Amino acid sequence: MVPVQAKPLPTGPDSAIVPVKIRDGVDLEINGEHYRHTGDPQMPLLWYLRDVLQLTGTKYADQHGVSGADLVLLDGKAVSAITLPVARLAGKQVTTVEGLAGNDGTLHPVQQAFIDEDAIGCGYCTSGWLIAAVDLLRRKKQPDDDDIDQLPNLCRCGCQTRVRRAIKRVAAGKAVQP
Amino acid sequence: MSGPRIAGTIRLERRRFLQVLAAGAGVLMVGIRVADAADAPLPPALLGDTFYDLGAYVRIDSDSNVLIGARDPDTGTGVATALPRIIADELDADWNQVTVVPLGLGVADDNGQPQWTYGRQIGGTGSSIPAAWNDLRQAGALARWLLLQAAARRLGMPADRLRSEAGTVIALDGRRLSYGSLVDDASAIALPQKLPPLKTADHYQLIGKPAGDVDAHGIVTGQTHFAIDEHDGDALVAVLAHCPWPDGTLERIDTADTLAVKGVVKVMQLVPEPGQPWGSTAIAPAVAVLAEDTWSALQGRQKLKIEWKPGPSGSENSAALEQQAVALLDGTAACTARVRNDGDVDAAGRKAARRLQASYFQPWLAHATAEPTNCLVRLDKDHARAVVPTQAPQKAWAVLQRLTGLAPAQIEIRVPRVGGGYGRRLDHDFVAEAVMLAKAVGRPVRLQWMRDEDLGHDYYRSGCVHQFSAIIDRKRRVIGWNQRMASASALAHRGVPENRLWTSELQADQLPAGLLPNFRSDWYAQDSAIPRGPARGMPHLSNAFAVESFIDEIAHLLKEDPLDTRLRLLGEPRQLPLGSGGTLDVGRLLNVLKLVADRIEWKNWLRSVSGLGIACWHVDGAYVAHAVEAAMQGERLIVQRVVCAVDVGRVINPLGLQGQVAGATLDALSTALNLAITFKDGRIQQHDYKDYPLASMAQLPDDVEVIVVPGGDLPPAGASFLAMPTAAPALANAVFRASAVRVRRLPLMKELLRLL
Repeated sequence: MVPVQAKPLPTGPDSAIVPVKIRDGVDLEINGEHYRHTGDPQMPLLWYLRDVLQLTGTKYADQHGVSGADLVLLDGKAVSAITLPVARLAGKQVTTVEGLAGNDGTLHPVQQAFIDEDAIGCGYCTSGWLIAAVDLLRRKKQPDDDDIDQLPNLCRCGCQTRVRRAIKRVAAGKAVQP
Repeated sequence: MSGPRIAGTIRLERRRFLQVLAAGAGVLMVGIRVADAADAPLPPALLGDTFYDLGAYVRIDSDSNVLIGARDPDTGTGVATALPRIIADELDADWNQVTVVPLGLGVADDNGQPQWTYGRQIGGTGSSIPAAWNDLRQAGALARWLLLQAAARRLGMPADRLRSEAGTVIALDGRRLSYGSLVDDASAIALPQKLPPLKTADHYQLIGKPAGDVDAHGIVTGQTHFAIDEHDGDALVAVLAHCPWPDGTLERIDTADTLAVKGVVKVMQLVPEPGQPWGSTAIAPAVAVLAEDTWSALQGRQKLKIEWKPGPSGSENSAALEQQAVALLDGTAACTARVRNDGDVDAAGRKAARRLQASYFQPWLAHATAEPTNCLVRLDKDHARAVVPTQAPQKAWAVLQRLTGLAPAQIEIRVPRVGGGYGRRLDHDFVAEAVMLAKAVGRPVRLQWMRDEDLGHDYYRSGCVHQFSAIIDRKRRVIGWNQRMASASALAHRGVPENRLWTSELQADQLPAGLLPNFRSDWYAQDSAIPRGPARGMPHLSNAFAVESFIDEIAHLLKEDPLDTRLRLLGEPRQLPLGSGGTLDVGRLLNVLKLVADRIEWKNWLRSVSGLGIACWHVDGAYVAHAVEAAMQGERLIVQRVVCAVDVGRVINPLGLQGQVAGATLDALSTALNLAITFKDGRIQQHDYKDYPLASMAQLPDDVEVIVVPGGDLPPAGASFLAMPTAAPALANAVFRASAVRVRRLPLMKELLRLL
């Protein structure tokens, strides 16, 4: 038998797989999901979250991140999303307020404590307080009043005393979803 | 498809009706409509939508799920929780099966005129609960009555042998029927001739019991949308650069660099419509950058080269305005309004053994809502849709209607939860801006004010100066009180007659009016082109600070305990008629005062190392007192303890009320400690939170101890700002005891450090 031999085609192939460089962009991990941002790498994370992903739990309140409404967790630490360009996020893990609860909907103890203490005014700055509180409790399991005083967040509705109680509730191990 | 059929209508008070949706829909729905609505054609709607179209407040489906509409915008005041609980209680609903839906604006077309199908819809003015107390309960009572009638027929026994509890009808023999199983039959019951009786208070299951915010879960998981979170297909983001002067003009602009930014689509000029009152059109001329996303728009805005030309307001300075106020009060010119004149202050003055005079100075203030001003508008040929952070959706509607010319029901206003109101959202300049842009650009527009715009272009609270004179006789009694106030009215430039401009600045019944034989209150008008408008706590906030500080100064002059001075001034418990129609219940005022005094251990007032301060006030039939303990650590002021007692009559949601009271207390402290808006050459000098520093967690007290007086059967009064007026004077009075420095000028920290 004559072995089968490859023969050149009379004409070129209709299509060919041509290797191309993958599109430039920044690989992001947000709440466990992977994204590639191919727009302006200087876009602050806040606008990427709110405009592009439409994850709107993280709020805009001021340009400099003074109010704390725009806090997210970056590798577990609270950072201002409006001062953080997407370019700096390659290989890092971002958690927003939408990512605090478990996949099955189980609330984070801090979320539960905010509900238990009704630690909500208008609710606009609440996500920032939650992130700041999670960060504080990561650094210190039993924060005292002076530790809580260091939270950077602002709130005109005056939810501060209730937030303080909520954090103490978590520290005391009392915030568990029924 | 035809609209829902109305099975019946019963008259409520004042041109309002209860209505029930016809049978066969698988649901029981009860709604409220204003007069003539029964004749108005209802727009075609699917069943789910009929909840809105009926003006519905209650919808029960066959699975016993209860949907309750919340008609008033919730700006953080808790009305989205409290109002539905009023209905749910009367309905005997199982609160766990209740879902609350914000209703948006209810508007129907009545021969080209708007008809407000849900009645009043205003939030954050302290009036939601008092207004809802009657008609909302009736909606719940009617639904419950229908369900009981249906159960009576099913069970073959009279309805008075049935009772209802947590979404179930229970017969004397123990048989139970869920509400869901009764909804079809209930919809077919003929309506009663008269309104069914309301529950007596001893049967309340929800009213008076604590409930967490209905939106709490959505908020802590980041799912609750505020208007600023709404997207709409191909909407363009618009950010603005307003002219620093409301009466300025655009001199020169170069947009080339802006238009070169990737994502920027257009640059447009916005000009306020001439002749429109404040709050109805753009607050100032502006240049808008429209882009595909916020980041592009912001970069575009940064690259704008604009020259603005100041108008007459370019010569205004807040410091000069204050000097002008002092000159007015010191001068001999007649007052603009004599707000009250009891007895004869001048004659009393001739009998004076002693006199005390003092002046108090309070700054301009901004609203600084957490959610910055924003609005989403989509304009189609015969429909407009706006998502608006508003306290008054009917006013938002009016702006849209004027600018689009659409028929009443072609305009849809959605009102999600609002990120703080404080009066800012009673004005709708930003709606006009968004509509003008959407019209011009032919695409939906998501208008987004940045914080610098929000602080720098507001309808501010005017600064004010109070000048007091107390006349004291030989027996150390205050026999006369002469007060003068100068400020720029929040009602100016809004079509309010000149002789009513004082009403945003003072009330004729504010303390100590009514308690003294000789009392005079004069107001001196100032004008300014710097925009002003409704502000939280107005007109109580500034007056309570001045009055309650001055009463402490009188006590100091007389070497008295300031609590005793107040008790003597208030006198015996009695009812004093108020010019506004109600009565001042002196006993209730004395009660809240004594409650905070007891709690803070006022008997230590003289001996305490730290300072104790106290103040009381009344607001529209509600009563409040604060006691504050403060200490100085070098130049640091520590607010150690804050106690607040409130009496609002019947309490709907004690947990919500406590949050509101603690929150308003902290807001008032933050404002008094730190905040001031100033302007120089007509330019506002505060542009972000660094210049307008809301108090940090560390600056505020760790706790606010709230005492709620059990209100019994007294009708519920509003509480959204009740706890604001007395917090600052109680603090200033405590600071005086702690530091011997009397602060007569706010913000307090700056003045205290100057005087120390």
